Amino acid sequence: MMRMAGRGWLRLTAIALSLLVFGGIGWAALAPIEVALHDELFEIPHGTYARRMAGEKIEILPHTIRLTLGLNDVLLLRNKDDVPHIFGPTLIMPGQSFSLPFALASTYSFQCTAHANGQLNVIVAPNPAPGWERLRWRLHKLTSAMWQLPESHHH
Amino acid sequence: MRLNRTRLTNQAAALLLSLLFTGAFITAPADGSAPQQLKAGVFTPPYMAPEFSLRGTNGSDVTLARYRGKVVLLTFGYTNCAAVCPTTLATLSQTRSSLGKAANMVQVIYVTVDPERDTVARIREFLAAFDPSFVGATGTPAALAAVRQKYGVTATKQGSGRDYAMAHTSSIFLIDRAGKLRALMPFGHEAADFVHDIKSLSAQ
Repeated sequence: MMRMAGRGWLRLTAIALSLLVFGGIGWAALAPIEVALHDELFEIPHGTYARRMAGEKIEILPHTIRLTLGLNDVLLLRNKDDVPHIFGPTLIMPGQSFSLPFALASTYSFQCTAHANGQLNVIVAPNPAPGWERLRWRLHKLTSAMWQLPESHHH
Repeated sequence: MRLNRTRLTNQAAALLLSLLFTGAFITAPADGSAPQQLKAGVFTPPYMAPEFSLRGTNGSDVTLARYRGKVVLLTFGYTNCAAVCPTTLATLSQTRSSLGKAANMVQVIYVTVDPERDTVARIREFLAAFDPSFVGATGTPAALAAVRQKYGVTATKQGSGRDYAMAHTSSIFLIDRAGKLRALMPFGHEAADFVHDIKSLSAQ
């Protein structure tokens, strides 16, 4: 009777552990990805104009910005300088922010005088699909957190 | 009395299984931060839209002050524009249609970037094909360039000869009833997005 009792608990533990593992994988692959903040922030620091006038070549916006629907799908441009700046598709006053949401996955091109070739590209990828894509996204987040790598690009 | 270990094990397993399946479908709580109110890009804080005074296709001067109390949709283009302007104007026309009676609170102002070819008459004729309420605006090249600069709008001549094209900013500026520049809608949005944003701006 003692042996049977021992085996029963062992079996229970094994079942519990495997359920935790598969349940965890199931969650990681299926559960929708929710984040609190959707902003992808790009800032013009204070003094940019002065430095540009002094001859410094300053690149504030990359030529291509990558966003993902449902994760970082709001382009937040902030002007902390003392003068208005052309920033992507618009003029932003000192101290002003411009928050542009994207709702469709596509490639968007904006005219931008701040860029050498006059163009800013924003590539919006679809939300990671249920299954392998979501699992891979969560694994990436986990390993990034573990190695304390920066997760998004903040300029 | 002997406890049935097998049944206990199975019951515990079933409980765990159901708990874990529930876990897989639970969504994280919705974020509590302020949701994006408009479909367009929003300026925070908003400032008064830069004023201008141009020659209107309706026989009078076009200024923003004239349309205070209405939501103004300001856009830049030219009558020889092959695809972008017609698409934008068709969308804005559809937007007004969708608003029904509320369309009276919306004013579309179309400022030319091609004063060389766009006479008042030509602009008027071009706009009439879309919506009789649309007002076109033109002026001297210097006056128009000054307006573009205030709004961060670009316009570049492409090609030479009579059939040149103008590469220009295709976004639409949303100005609220108090005259503040609140938002910028990039080219390509459907009329439903404009209706949504106009309703939101008008409600304030």
